[in-house]
Amino acid sequence: MPSLKDVKLQIAGVGKTKQITKAMGMVASSGLRGAQMRIDRFRPYAKKFSSMLSDLAARTEDASHPLLQVHEKKQNVIIILITSDRGLCGGFNINLITRALKLAKEKEQEGKEVQFLCVGRKGRDAVKKTSYVLFDSMTDIMGRLNFQFAVQLGNTVSHAYENNTADEVYLVYSEFVSMSRQIATASLLLPVEPSTEEAGSSQIEYIYEPNVAVLLAELLPRYINVEIYRGLLDTHASENAARMFAMNNATNNCDEMMSSLTLLYNKTRQASITNDLMDIVGGANALQSQ
Amino acid sequence: MALLHLEIVTPDQIVLDTYVDYVGAPGVDGEFGVLAGHIPLLTALQIGLLYYRIDGKETQVFISGGFAEVAENKISILAQSAEIADNIDVKRAEAALKRAEERLLPLHKNEVDHMRAELALKRAIVRLGLTKRI
Repeated sequence: MPSLKDVKLQIAGVGKTKQITKAMGMVASSGLRGAQMRIDRFRPYAKKFSSMLSDLAARTEDASHPLLQVHEKKQNVIIILITSDRGLCGGFNINLITRALKLAKEKEQEGKEVQFLCVGRKGRDAVKKTSYVLFDSMTDIMGRLNFQFAVQLGNTVSHAYENNTADEVYLVYSEFVSMSRQIATASLLLPVEPSTEEAGSSQIEYIYEPNVAVLLAELLPRYINVEIYRGLLDTHASENAARMFAMNNATNNCDEMMSSLTLLYNKTRQASITNDLMDIVGGANALQSQ
Repeated sequence: MALLHLEIVTPDQIVLDTYVDYVGAPGVDGEFGVLAGHIPLLTALQIGLLYYRIDGKETQVFISGGFAEVAENKISILAQSAEIADNIDVKRAEAALKRAEERLLPLHKNEVDHMRAELALKRAIVRLGLTKRI
């Protein structure tokens, strides 16, 4: 049996851990609330944007804009991998990294060159360990997300696409489905494939000012930014949800451990009392028999 | 009698969602006005002032470029940022103005930087102009 003091120390240690995990869970849940609010506020903008784009794209017969054009030789692939900067959020980052590496492997088997553009420290570190080229990375932005980051990223990949240094751009992010469900998703960012499902809205005949081509040229680069921003926001919300879940689990485990340790402590204490009593009784008996 | 539905959305929030009589917006080819019953229109906007009227009362909004869609008595503005005149952060705009001016002083060889600074300057000037008018 372990000594009383050891068990007591262990209980105190687990208690401290519990405090930390509980606090982290609380921080994550408030972060999640904020992230969810941002998604809700961003959604109308993104929706309007994609409906405008599909409407415009339906009106141009050929792929007149460089971002719409499908490159004939698909040689270079850029994968934008969005992960978190910190761990302690369960399988969240692992899922994303696995998804991205799987995609990279597929592309490599097709004879393409894969480059990574990482947002978040975890993804960057994981990619560094592989043989893939790290094109660029951004860290420590998840806590202070704003649209500017998406614009920066969007410009980088749009330029690469226009200069033919990239022929396909994928975005790997974590789709926020619900509190307990986040899906690591890979979606094609460039070339832009306007969704055709919203074609019903294009029944209205608009006047276009200055004209369709100019509007499309203005809209497309921004559409990329919007898509990236949506990926960032979703990943941010998912990260917080995953961390909340992981930390709540950890807190529960701490509770369990503490109760089993307390039981052990009590047993040990009783055992030592019994031993002491036996000593005393034994001593008294010895004295009596003299 | 406000019949025209005006909606201004930015990536961070819905700035405005209200019924108005008249909207004047800074289109890329010059200002244009929209009344109820306007034919469907899709246009790009430049950095500038948008104003709307409700019962003869005019309110001004700063728009940093974007797009406007008019359809079925509804005008939707998609802008990267938009601020109603009362909410403009004067100190921030002044700082931005100063920063942009400093950046423009040495003749930048880098065209992109120069263009960015010019745009920033324009935004700051419009923002400040708006606050002084009130």
